[in-house]
Amino acid sequence: MNDLDQLESQSIYILREAYHSIDRMALLWSIGKDSNALLWLCRKAFFGRVPFPVVQLDTDMELPEVYEFRDRIAREWDLDLRVEHCPPESEMDPTLPPNTRAAARKTVGLRNLLDHGGYQGVVVGIRRDEQATRAKERIFSPRTLDGAWDVKDQPAEFWDHYKTRFAEGTHVRIHPLLAWTEMDIWRYSKREDIPIVPLYFSRNGKRYRSLGEKNITFPVDSNASTIDEIIAELAVTRVSERAGRTMDNESEDSFERLRSSGYM
Amino acid sequence: MPQTSQLRIVIVGHVDHGKSTLIGRLLNDTGSLPDGKVDQVQEMSRKRGMPFEWSFVMDALQAERDQGITIDTTQIHFKTAQRPYVIIDAPGHAEFLKNMVTGASQADAAILVIDAAEGALEQSRRHAFLLHLLGVRQVAVAVNKMDRVDFDEARFQAVEQEIRAYLGELGVTPTSVIPVAARHGDNIAGPSDKAPWYSGPTVVEALDAFMPSRAPLDQALRFPIQDVYKPDDRRILAGRIESGRLRVGDTLHFAPTGESATIITIEAWNHPETVLSAGAGQSIGITLDKRLFVERGHVGFHREQAPKLAHTLSVRLFWLVSRPLAVGDVLTLKIATSEHRVTVESITAVIDIEDLSATPGKIIHRNEVAEVVFRSRRPIPVDEASDLSRTGRGVLIDGYDVVGGCIVLEANEAAAATNLHAVDHAVTADERAAANGHKGGVLWFTGLSGAGKSTLAMALERVLFDRGWQVFVLDGDGVRGGLNAGLGFSLEDRAENIRRVAEAAKLFADAGMVVITSLISPLASDRARARAIGGERFHEVHVAADLATCEARDPKGLYAKARAGDIPDFTGISSPYEAPENPEVTIDTGTLPQADALATLVDYVERTFGANAATRRLA
Repeated sequence: MNDLDQLESQSIYILREAYHSIDRMALLWSIGKDSNALLWLCRKAFFGRVPFPVVQLDTDMELPEVYEFRDRIAREWDLDLRVEHCPPESEMDPTLPPNTRAAARKTVGLRNLLDHGGYQGVVVGIRRDEQATRAKERIFSPRTLDGAWDVKDQPAEFWDHYKTRFAEGTHVRIHPLLAWTEMDIWRYSKREDIPIVPLYFSRNGKRYRSLGEKNITFPVDSNASTIDEIIAELAVTRVSERAGRTMDNESEDSFERLRSSGYM
Repeated sequence: MPQTSQLRIVIVGHVDHGKSTLIGRLLNDTGSLPDGKVDQVQEMSRKRGMPFEWSFVMDALQAERDQGITIDTTQIHFKTAQRPYVIIDAPGHAEFLKNMVTGASQADAAILVIDAAEGALEQSRRHAFLLHLLGVRQVAVAVNKMDRVDFDEARFQAVEQEIRAYLGELGVTPTSVIPVAARHGDNIAGPSDKAPWYSGPTVVEALDAFMPSRAPLDQALRFPIQDVYKPDDRRILAGRIESGRLRVGDTLHFAPTGESATIITIEAWNHPETVLSAGAGQSIGITLDKRLFVERGHVGFHREQAPKLAHTLSVRLFWLVSRPLAVGDVLTLKIATSEHRVTVESITAVIDIEDLSATPGKIIHRNEVAEVVFRSRRPIPVDEASDLSRTGRGVLIDGYDVVGGCIVLEANEAAAATNLHAVDHAVTADERAAANGHKGGVLWFTGLSGAGKSTLAMALERVLFDRGWQVFVLDGDGVRGGLNAGLGFSLEDRAENIRRVAEAAKLFADAGMVVITSLISPLASDRARARAIGGERFHEVHVAADLATCEARDPKGLYAKARAGDIPDFTGISSPYEAPENPEVTIDTGTLPQADALATLVDYVERTFGANAATRRLA
């Protein structure tokens, strides 16, 4: 087994553990490169079928290419797609910096989703190497009903045994991609020929490295227009992946505040 | 781009001995930090009015930066010229031991950081001990803050000697012991000119000298079942191979049932070629040539290399929560995908981490390591950790939480003692249920001759027994040979037969057992009386197969005789069968394969009589 085989196998193991132990589960699909790979891994884990709903937290601020891609893939892969519309920015915590506030819409959207969907678990495609607070995550990460993450008291998680039992009133985030890096995702996407939103590829010297809403995410300078070129670019870049994400960089703890109140 | 597999390194050691600083420096000196990160850290340090603090690179949380400690484990990627790494930062503070264990258990190798001035304090020793217990065998030691002791060679040697002696007692030989000053980068990525007396490797060179851990492909096969999927007409047993290898055509045996079948396919999605073999570390799915009763927790193996089926286990455990563990406590032990209720039979040793001495005890406190004997009512498929580490270790679960972990030192295959105790009315039904782990009850199987009642009853008895249940089958034919030997086959005698079986079944249920009766019991009125006797513990199971199916099976040749007129009043032929109108369970053996029928019944029994009957759906 090479390193991608190992990552794939581990993610499948995690997905199967989750599917077995969590009664009502959904997968959060942001349509980005990570959650596309995650969907692909689900199809591998369950032999071609994604056996739980796939939810997009929609702020109606995605780029048109994203919506187009979503509808095509949902159709082709026979996904049980549910779209959860996020409440407007005016309803967000006014003490958050502006771009962080925009991002918080998804937190509230997720909370609403859990409420009316009655989900006990959501599968989320975050990776440790994206952001320092994500690096602290457990693979099975329990949350209170309002989404809060108690980073100071996370469950023990060792030898591939996860916390899969929960009291009423808690839910769990399942993170099968934590151990993957940005580079791994691209190498795997290439190996498996996983469909990709075209915005990741360079046009006029710019490409999206991390795909988010059009109001708070910006393309970075790049001439990489194929996966091979992206891989070559990543091998030498010293620009962080989320450099184009405004909410990460507004204040020292803006992303931490987002996450501890439930952001992905 | 060619990619060698990454190595996972955990950095452990006492709080304040400089783990996070070492990591920050390692990342910086290997050129692994993104642009702007050092400026960002500079700004964070300035805001707090302190000198540049390397640990801020790792400590992502406000509270961590404010208090200058690492609260939870984190991971970060970096590369040397040789290969990619993941660094796992493990908190040193005693109250975060569960976080340290969480980080360290994922590592291929470790760097133990020790303050040159302070030497190996308690947490250093605890971490070294736990590394060993967790299975991390490759360790390098960084003696940090050498600048504080003026790079004094004698001081370094004293610390080196101390830690080598301690690790030696654990059976660990460090690959290197390196004098470093992490804050200034001495002996991190490049050699230091401040310790000319030292000629060993830098930290980066020590990392590059570690060996990646290899999947245990050449060991005995262990294929624990995670789940059974039925995406279409296939029945796929899904799981990850923990050790060894399996191939299409292999005969696979399963523990604890002892059943076996041949592997027909290894299922793969979006895979161009047929997969003929798979090995340790791979998450796979297989199909078998026979429909066995296989479920999550069962372990596939090759016959000549069976796991142990143990009722008592000696383990070394670490305890992570503030509630102490005492003799007599009952916990859930999870090994691979199987879970078992175990009782702490004895605590043979509580280990003092400082000097490794062991004393017997009655209680294990938070963060302690001890040796314990567990007893289980049902046999646990398990290996000794010295033979197969992945199926020789487990986690302890109490309520909703993982509260500890253990490795199996010794597994004893003593036979189960499941004696039927005499009825003693000083004992309440609740007490019996608590002792047995399930409630007593009656499963009344009714159906035509040949419907499969006895076959299903016996199979169900076997599965429940293997799970440690108190279970017994009262078979119609068996009862007529003894208890009811005086009864004939008149309508009255048949009714009396059923009444007596119902009374006997009730006694079994009172005794705390699950009793399965297997009688045709064709008349609704007779069954109604049986239900009245059994009360709310009575559950009717209609083993339904249509007459044509039963007659085609005709296992005892009775239908043939009845058709020939040799048996008067034969149910279904010359006397009526009144199918139950509202049975608790209906099993159509004409359409449902045996394994699925059995699984349905096992599930029903668990839900109805199991210890977690009411709360099960929450788990």
